[in-house]
Amino acid sequence: MNEYNFAYLDEQTKRMIRRAILKGLAIPGYQVPFASREMPMPYGWGTGGVQVSAATLTPKDTLKVIDQGADDTTNAISIRKFFQKTANVEVTEVTKDATVIQTRHRIPETDLSDEQILVYQVPIPEPLRFLEPSEPETRKMHALEEYGLMHVKLYEDISKHGAIATSYAYPVKVEGRYVMDPSPIPKFDNPKMEMSAIQLFGAGREQRIYALPPYTKVVSLDFEDYPFEASKAEHSCELCGSHNSYLDEVIVDDTGGRIFVCSDTDYCSSQQKIIKEAV
Amino acid sequence: MYVAVKGGEKAIDNAHAWLSEERRGDLAIEELSSDQIKEQLSLAVNRVMAEGSLYDPDLAALAIKQSRGDLIEAIFLLRAYRTTLPRFGCSNAVDTDRMTCIRRISATFKDAPGGQVLGPTFDYTHRLLDFKLAADGEITDVPMATEPLSSEIPHITSFLNTEGLIQQEPNTQSEPQDLTREPLELPASRALRLQSLTRGDEGFILGMAYSTQRGYARNHAFVGELRIGKVSVELDIPELGFSIDIGEIEVTECETVNQFAGSKTEPPQFTRGYGLVFGQSERKSIAMALVDRALRWRELGEDNLGAPAQDEEFVLYHSDNIQATGFLEHIKLPHYVDFQSELELIRKLRREAEGFTQSKEAAE
Repeated sequence: MNEYNFAYLDEQTKRMIRRAILKGLAIPGYQVPFASREMPMPYGWGTGGVQVSAATLTPKDTLKVIDQGADDTTNAISIRKFFQKTANVEVTEVTKDATVIQTRHRIPETDLSDEQILVYQVPIPEPLRFLEPSEPETRKMHALEEYGLMHVKLYEDISKHGAIATSYAYPVKVEGRYVMDPSPIPKFDNPKMEMSAIQLFGAGREQRIYALPPYTKVVSLDFEDYPFEASKAEHSCELCGSHNSYLDEVIVDDTGGRIFVCSDTDYCSSQQKIIKEAV
Repeated sequence: MYVAVKGGEKAIDNAHAWLSEERRGDLAIEELSSDQIKEQLSLAVNRVMAEGSLYDPDLAALAIKQSRGDLIEAIFLLRAYRTTLPRFGCSNAVDTDRMTCIRRISATFKDAPGGQVLGPTFDYTHRLLDFKLAADGEITDVPMATEPLSSEIPHITSFLNTEGLIQQEPNTQSEPQDLTREPLELPASRALRLQSLTRGDEGFILGMAYSTQRGYARNHAFVGELRIGKVSVELDIPELGFSIDIGEIEVTECETVNQFAGSKTEPPQFTRGYGLVFGQSERKSIAMALVDRALRWRELGEDNLGAPAQDEEFVLYHSDNIQATGFLEHIKLPHYVDFQSELELIRKLRREAEGFTQSKEAAE
């Protein structure tokens, strides 16, 4: 495909995005406005992540794309194909072989290294959005570090339901400063955000980029007497037997039969391989 | 036994093949050409160009063909193509006084220099299905005007201007920001608001404008003037030291004259709303002018009535149909992971609630 530049976007645009990424890395958790472009896939399909990946990829990179933890979900396939076509980069399903991983809604189970970059697709980057609909207002709240509203919301959850009723996109505080939306990952994944890899977040429609440098302190919001709990289904994977990976529930018949399987397909198949080799 | 579903790649390829087949329809029926769309569905082409922010009737027609007539999908195709084009400058403001009009009407004066020219309008057609058209769309003799329209038709509002009855618009002489190259930050300048409105969804802008007419920040608009025609686009070439004509575009311009009793900061005078849209897009340009006027409350010292059409953030953030349709439709993508975490949460909360009821019953 010669009609388009490497990784689709022109160099000027990629530079503009890289500047936003660098600014984001310099101020962890701060939402940097950027001039998001119209991409050839719809808003909501990961245009922010795709733009960040496009600005991050080099011809030597190996790309992995997951959606819901899986490499074979249709949109992951579509994004992977897009970069194969426009950037001609190596692709892989193996987490540890990838240098850039674009993800929607999950953090891989396998620990990432400082040689890797994790790119998140973000629908609504503003953690305060559902408490305050106005953007100028929420920007002001971040500037003044005025997060009382968020704590009140969490408190009200506890008084109404006896627990914090947020199970995904669970808000975090970054380096004791910015409250950040981790994108709609299950709260099970939140503790993994303190990691060796660079984490970049792209919200295309909302025109925001933010970032976490390696080893950044990321704390899930909670109260002393109601501590944060990274929960998952209390089962083990039907296929690989793992007890500590995040599980999807699959309905197997029409009489209420269900099984649980790893949402991370690469992790699950590698676990299955280990078991097979041990036998 | 459950087997993880593979084969998404093949499914996508097959879906695309099926889509092409559906687009083509019955092979016994002649294929529609892009040229036919461009010539005979020109108002659809205009809408796609306006909301796609790209003036290219050929590409717009192709997009309509490719999208099976789904205009938002066609607009999306054009926008995605537009992203890949370099921006090489900012043209001079088009001079609509020198528009070669095919239509020019005023609702505020019975007659004015330049005259009222109806042009090709649906306005006074009776909306009766023309069954003859189904069989034969050929046209009979169309009379020609005996003399051409004046090449310079002054704006109606300029007549009000001489009396000082209408508010003056300052000429900032500055290059406006480009909505497609810089992130939108609020509050937005009027130039930026107008940019956003002109590419906004016709239905959304229409609904917003209609809401002002029905009392949500009513602003008493008259169509001072509506004109449709071609204007030339000129670009300053620094190396040459003068501007050159780089082409001609068809636009629809609407200026509303709005009643205004004055405010704390402004004297009683007429005020304006402005709409300018690619192609023949009459409904859109009138609607745009009404919404523009509603958004100007702050600058004119009016009260904020809390109406949706006065709320810049609400209007600008929700008018773009490509953003809206993308985010709306994305909820059909897989959300297994989030849904799973919600399932766990609901089960946990129910367990706790049941435990609470049981212990309460035991206590009683």
